[in-house]
Amino acid sequence: MGEVVGIPRALLYYHYYPMWKVFFESLGGTVVTSGETTRAVLDAGIKVTVDEACLPIKVFHGHVLALAGKCDYVFVPRLVSVERRAFTCPKFMGLPDMIRCNCRDIPRIIDSCINLSRTTREYIHAVYSTGRMFTGSVLRILAAHNRAKAALARYTRYIESGMTPDEAMAVMGIAPPCDEPAHRAVAAASSLPGASEAVRGSGRVVVGLVGHPYVIYDPFVSMNVIRRLREMGASVVTADMLPAAITEREAARFPKRVFWTLGRRLLGAGFHFLRSGTVHGCLHMRAFTCGPESLIGEILERESARRRDVPFATITVDEHTGEAGVITRLEAFIDVVTRRRKP
Amino acid sequence: MKITFAHMGNLYITVKALLEDLGAEVVVPPMPSKRTLSIGSRYSPEFACLPLKVNIGNYIEAMELGADTIAMAGGVGPCRFGLYGEVQREILKALGYEFEMIIIEPPQGRLRHVLRQLGRLVGRNSVGKYVSAVRLAWAKMTAVDELEKVVQRVRPFESRRGAATAALASALKLVDEASSIAQVKRALEDGREMLLSVRAPENSVPDPPRIGIVGEVYVVLEPFVNFEVERRLGEMGVLVERSIYIGDWVREHLFKDLLRLRKGRRPYDLAKPYLCHFVGGHGVETVGHTVEYAKRRFDGVIQLAPFTCMPEIVAQDVLPSVSRDLGIPVMTLVFDEHSSDAGVLTRLEAFVDLVERSRRRRAAKGARG
Repeated sequence: MGEVVGIPRALLYYHYYPMWKVFFESLGGTVVTSGETTRAVLDAGIKVTVDEACLPIKVFHGHVLALAGKCDYVFVPRLVSVERRAFTCPKFMGLPDMIRCNCRDIPRIIDSCINLSRTTREYIHAVYSTGRMFTGSVLRILAAHNRAKAALARYTRYIESGMTPDEAMAVMGIAPPCDEPAHRAVAAASSLPGASEAVRGSGRVVVGLVGHPYVIYDPFVSMNVIRRLREMGASVVTADMLPAAITEREAARFPKRVFWTLGRRLLGAGFHFLRSGTVHGCLHMRAFTCGPESLIGEILERESARRRDVPFATITVDEHTGEAGVITRLEAFIDVVTRRRKP
Repeated sequence: MKITFAHMGNLYITVKALLEDLGAEVVVPPMPSKRTLSIGSRYSPEFACLPLKVNIGNYIEAMELGADTIAMAGGVGPCRFGLYGEVQREILKALGYEFEMIIIEPPQGRLRHVLRQLGRLVGRNSVGKYVSAVRLAWAKMTAVDELEKVVQRVRPFESRRGAATAALASALKLVDEASSIAQVKRALEDGREMLLSVRAPENSVPDPPRIGIVGEVYVVLEPFVNFEVERRLGEMGVLVERSIYIGDWVREHLFKDLLRLRKGRRPYDLAKPYLCHFVGGHGVETVGHTVEYAKRRFDGVIQLAPFTCMPEIVAQDVLPSVSRDLGIPVMTLVFDEHSSDAGVLTRLEAFVDLVERSRRRRAAKGARG
């Protein structure tokens, strides 16, 4: 059985869950996740955080609290930087500290510090010291790390083929259980070979969706934006579905290299959607008070105002967002996109 | 070429001295006002943090006075400040202004690189000229910081309300007008004397409460956006100490990498039990200085931050634990273009009341014990 590691289903779970899961399991651990985001999870998070924190951070706190009593460790990595000369977000850098100060009575935290901004030395140390909590064998840690990286590569390929994280995890057979029947159906359908059109949307129009993964892929936070767009007959392309080469190339159009990894990807994807003619509309979904997006969104809005050929809309979500308001805006946006599409 | 730059407290005295000494023509923007803020927030992204908006207002007001070149500092993140220059350039270009923006990026930073950027601003100068200009600017910066420290020690004891603030203004004017290091020294001495002379005879306020100010550098240093929180507190009879001065910011932001100065480790060590990693901006410093003030037995700490400031939110999130563990009252004031004078004042008064009550309680306990 081994030690049970809990992974909160929030923030960079959407980027790295397959890697983390394989890593801990290869070391003999068992991995559990928190459930899907619900109102109760969010409320628990809101209660322990300061008002000024952004919605995804509050949601994350809620997920950590939900794991209490279900595992021996909670994995709250300190993701300072995942590539050279770039950072994630200041809040990710202080995440384990915030969790420690705000959440009482939770399992021990594994707070591996991932910082690749200057050298790989710190990264190697982080992997090693995390592995040492489970095994004394350096070779086992190395093997676990390699398997984890392979899983991540496979996952990335699925995402780039147009799947959402849920769908990709379902195909890989590692998806955490879904509680909501609708999601279960989606997960089941997408696990079939050559996932059907119903899942991917009928593709009358193609919408480029720009937003942080923990906003757009979390059905509760995003008010199910991807499923709703698909139900309205749109195919959805997100920033993560574009190869890194494209987003990097497009982001380089901005005179200064954007120093947030996710921010740069969003900016590159936004530029690509607005300039390449591959999508009929570009939708930006952001969290209220998100620092990077306040500037990235502004740059994209200005680009779209200059070019005027791809409709661009921004939807801001926070803990007070009502579903009806989001649906109305999505419908209006799809109407505009569909009308513009007709010759 | 007429150069301008954004305001941050009394930073203009230093920057103006540096650029003018190097032979540039400088347009100092009007001191930030309601108009500055309303122009700035009209054209800036809604959710950008406050400094970006006030900067935009400064630039526009300076260009109205004929400025055509903007000097700005850059950065490498993760704080948003590092992208300010580029976004501000886009905003102003879209408004149709004709200008050049020179963004001095420190960290790719070799000294040569920064000098080349400066050269673009001020034309060619000899190395000797650079050295003497930097020395003069440095002397002024140190003098300004010193005067700002003195005024805080004087204000709770001033004989007439507002006297210390008026004396500071005249003292700063002397420093601003000085044109050699010797004159700066004299201005500092005269200024210090002016400030000390407004003190009432001893013991008018026997033992004032002490409050430390921590937080994001811009809102701490810029009295316009923080509704002069230092003056307000001082006039309520509080001894204020601030955790950051312009000199610290310049040393850290522009010269740290160049001169290989080690960042002061002390705030980092003190913050460690609560926040043990750099989070950009001054997040760790905010926590570290709060711990320091608690250890020095201050009566309270006030954190100042612009709305949505990422590093300060992390700090704000852990400050309640510091407050609980070390028994020091902490209040956070968040500022944006909607903040109001009355709201800030009410909170300051309430906080000072609270601090004084807990002091009395402590004193009573001490007397009994």
